Amino acid sequence: MNMLLSPFALIGRQTLALLAMIGRFTIFVAQTLSHMARPPFYGREFLTAMVNIGWLSLPVVGMTAIFTGGALALQIYDGSSRFSVESVVPQIVAIGMVRELGPVLVGLMVAARVTSSIAAEIATMKVTEQIDALTTLSTDPLKYLVVPRFIAAILVVPALVGVGDIIGIYGGFAVATGQLGFNPATYIRNTVDFLQFNDVLSSLVKGAAFGGIAALMGCYFGMHSGRGAQGVGQATKSSVQAAAVLILAANFLLTSLFFST
Amino acid sequence: MISFQNVHKSFGPKKVLQGVTLEIAKGTSMVIIGGSGTGKSVLLKSVLGLVTPETGTILVDGKDATMGDHDAFLARFGMLFQGGALFDSMPVWQNVSFRLLRGSLKRPKLEAREIAIEKLRRVGLTPDVADLFPSELSGGMQKRVGLARAIAAEPEIIFFDEPTTGLDPIMAGVINDLIREIVTEMGATAMTITHDMTSVRAIADNVAMLHDGVIQWTGPVAQMDASGDPYLDQFISGRAEGPIEAVR
Repeated sequence: MNMLLSPFALIGRQTLALLAMIGRFTIFVAQTLSHMARPPFYGREFLTAMVNIGWLSLPVVGMTAIFTGGALALQIYDGSSRFSVESVVPQIVAIGMVRELGPVLVGLMVAARVTSSIAAEIATMKVTEQIDALTTLSTDPLKYLVVPRFIAAILVVPALVGVGDIIGIYGGFAVATGQLGFNPATYIRNTVDFLQFNDVLSSLVKGAAFGGIAALMGCYFGMHSGRGAQGVGQATKSSVQAAAVLILAANFLLTSLFFST
Repeated sequence: MISFQNVHKSFGPKKVLQGVTLEIAKGTSMVIIGGSGTGKSVLLKSVLGLVTPETGTILVDGKDATMGDHDAFLARFGMLFQGGALFDSMPVWQNVSFRLLRGSLKRPKLEAREIAIEKLRRVGLTPDVADLFPSELSGGMQKRVGLARAIAAEPEIIFFDEPTTGLDPIMAGVINDLIREIVTEMGATAMTITHDMTSVRAIADNVAMLHDGVIQWTGPVAQMDASGDPYLDQFISGRAEGPIEAVR
């Protein structure tokens, strides 16, 4: 009988664990938001987070965007040539990069680079009692570690997305004009004329949302990590997985919000 | 004075504290001893709010530790953690003067640095250590920096969590002497957790032994060897045979 019931017990345990985690995460987010409105504010930690999340992510974002833009131009050219509409390459590269690939790829790159590093750093601080030490030094760990990273990510990831969009479009431009025979001036004019304010706005809003998700996931899993090296590893892995899935889900929701007619 | 009254704490099915009652008089040094996993650190952390007991009361100078302004309450404490718990991302002087660089005790940066260097000197470290990062220090130096941080804001109450663990006997002796000197000099109330009987004799005014979630024995350190308590005798002598099971 026990053998028969054990799968149900397992499902039950996992469901309860998932619900408990959702509850803990909701409280964590609510506490973070409430701390954002109350002093003290840690300006130095905020600036450090801005540099770590934004400035230091620029190389990986730039490389990702330029190769993606180039590949996108090749794909669109190949696909559109079947219908003899190769001239749409600038417009589709622009819309593809700004609306979707720019924010999503930057979000995923930030999840890989920043979420993992935040989770590993905070989890290590927890394992080595540095979080407890902060508390004993009259410093709220949530206010000191989470709030500066969260605000910095919300502000800086849209800028990263903007840079990624531009570099991605440039990647498409470089391939189209260097390899596919497009006229540079026409390519630029078509790109600029086609893009609308809503496209750029959606890109930046997605950037802010993805940045917030990436920072919160890193902080949450770091603060709730288990003991020892295994706990740190598990927290890092879970934070990146959760951030990536939530970024893709949020992307779908935001796209529906901005572009569903 | 710190007073524990019938404090209980469990982690899942494991009952760690099962009615701890203990008094630590103001200005005295109490050392808590007991086997690994008996809840010594939990007891200490429960005073600071790092662990919340299920039942029981903890009073500090007659006031409930869980009530009132928690920041002001914590400002009265200093703590030396087992592994030092120094912040890797900042240099030693900022670790030591952490509390003096922010919050209600905030001082100008230069003054905070001077205080940090003075405290480092007090624990036997030279000013050139101030600009190093914790990862550049040996274990003994990290403990000293942790000690300097614990006393930087001149707290009324200092906690030491296994202050000599992982140190060679000479460095352990140095740390023990420093703790004793500092506690006497500052007139602070001290609560130390350790397994190290040499530390107990060097640091303690009073000793309490925690076993099976309760205080098994407590009294002045001078009476420890003649207590007649079989649990304490076994712990002091380090015998495998006795009422304390070797495999727990």
